[in-house]
Amino acid sequence: MTDLILTPNIAKADDFYASLLSAHEGLSKEDSDAFNARLILILANHIGDSAVIEAALEAAKQ
Amino acid sequence: MNKIFETPLYGYRRHADQDMTTPATHTVAIIGAGPVGLATAIDLAQHGIKSVVLDDNDKVSFGSRAICFAKRTLEIADRLGFGDPLVDKGVVWNLGKVFFDDRKVYEFNLLPEDGHKRPAFINLQQYYFEEYLVRRARELDIDIRGKSKVTSVVPGEDHVTLDVDTADGPYQIQADWVIACDGAGSPTRSMMGLDFVGRVFEDNFLIADVTMDAEFPTERWFWFDPPFNRGQSALLHKQPDGVWRIDLQLGWDIDKEEEKKPENVIPRLKAMLGDDVNFELEWVSIYTFQCRRMEKFRHGRVIFAGDSAHQVSPFGARGANSGLQDVDNLGWKLAAVIKGQAQDALLDTYDIERIHGADENILNSSRSTDFITPKSDTSRIFRDAVLDLSEKYAFARPLVNSGRLSMPCSYDGMPLNGVDAVPDAPARSRPGMPCPDAPYQGEYLLSHLGGTFTLLALNTKCPEDIKIDGFTISTIGACTKEAAHHALAERYLGDAQQAVYLIRPDQHVVARWPEYDETAVKDAIKTALGENL
Repeated sequence: MTDLILTPNIAKADDFYASLLSAHEGLSKEDSDAFNARLILILANHIGDSAVIEAALEAAKQ
Repeated sequence: MNKIFETPLYGYRRHADQDMTTPATHTVAIIGAGPVGLATAIDLAQHGIKSVVLDDNDKVSFGSRAICFAKRTLEIADRLGFGDPLVDKGVVWNLGKVFFDDRKVYEFNLLPEDGHKRPAFINLQQYYFEEYLVRRARELDIDIRGKSKVTSVVPGEDHVTLDVDTADGPYQIQADWVIACDGAGSPTRSMMGLDFVGRVFEDNFLIADVTMDAEFPTERWFWFDPPFNRGQSALLHKQPDGVWRIDLQLGWDIDKEEEKKPENVIPRLKAMLGDDVNFELEWVSIYTFQCRRMEKFRHGRVIFAGDSAHQVSPFGARGANSGLQDVDNLGWKLAAVIKGQAQDALLDTYDIERIHGADENILNSSRSTDFITPKSDTSRIFRDAVLDLSEKYAFARPLVNSGRLSMPCSYDGMPLNGVDAVPDAPARSRPGMPCPDAPYQGEYLLSHLGGTFTLLALNTKCPEDIKIDGFTISTIGACTKEAAHHALAERYLGDAQQAVYLIRPDQHVVARWPEYDETAVKDAIKTALGENL
């Protein structure tokens, strides 16, 4: 089992952030919310490991 | 149109008990002649135990009600001797389609595994299910008393006293045991002042059973947020006799009496089916539901089974199907206690095992309800995202929840289980699991199991007709090298070379070993009879 990575793990952090924002550009609040939901589901499935997902849910709570 | 539910099947007849000066005594009284009550009477009768069944009505249930009967229920019905008419009459279906808005997002196939006597599901009106039960009960000479309303239940130290009201006035009987199968609104539960707590779902569903000449395929169609029922869900499912079940979610703030009127129902159905489809209404009902259970199902000599003990949302067909699993679990235990083969404590394991089953059903059906009726904006956003993704990506399809269809309950880690000494054998037949069916000696395995404890010996020998503590243990066996026993080997041996299984009267696995060992089998039977509790 892998632990949830909470240290920098994206090589080009600024590029990632820019892509994330540009994906939302021009979307209504409703469409953005739907986009985010789809993205979370896709990423969660990619991770798959339920312990990592649980740890991520915990980390996001702050 | 079928009007079986308007014909009295067990009309009131005066009974000699009504002329007694002191109350007649019975071993078992069953309150309620619905599916659970009648099946209990039949199971007990097959164990040689007489019972009297009391019902305030005299006919099968009104309207189609429960319509989906799962494979495990059919297997239990086989053991109780009324499986064939169910399957002969029922509609077998495997394909389900899921629609979102105005498009089909995906379809699923239940893909039944080969080598089982019974299909994954059949659709059948509850009134047929009850009619076949009544017929089977008649074969066994079961005393069903219609229009006999139980008005008081008074538990005593060694018996229970019941007041029964009839057209000829009231009378009393005494019973050693009372099984309360009187439904979600259980009068017995109220009379005994017992709890029934859980979660109420603020929603209404319109059920319309219609006969129509339209050619819809024999599939389960489920809509989320369709154009003809905006913001709500809908279901279309086929029953025998050209009857279709239509289920439309209506939301919370509605006038039930208004919505039930044909002039309001018909336009809704036309919007769904199209203007050109001719249909006739057979039955219309509006229901709300709760997910709840009693804290305990056993209260001394009064035992609750089926909806009287637990209630779930209809998604997943877990109501009647779980009720039949209650019967399956209770029948042999009560019979063993009555015959003095087991201690009273065995009945406490009915509580343990079936409360576990009820909790599993409540969990599953609550989750389905939360998916079908999102409780917040965010949950609706995720629900819609799942449905959108499911159209394109397979990963999202297991997240779509229009009902997790009833699967038999496993009694993992429960006190009646023995050892699992065959680590290479498959998990699906581990102790606590209901035995999976498989072709066996030109028939099916499950036809050879049940009613008594059975030893199943695969590629090894067991002595025949073993007697343990007055029990005759039946022994069956097979060599799995034959091609015809391929499924048997796959489902019971896996990577193991040989095994001996001990199987309960309700076809659940007690224990398994690599070979027969008399002491081990004796110990396991003692455990399964609750002697180590």
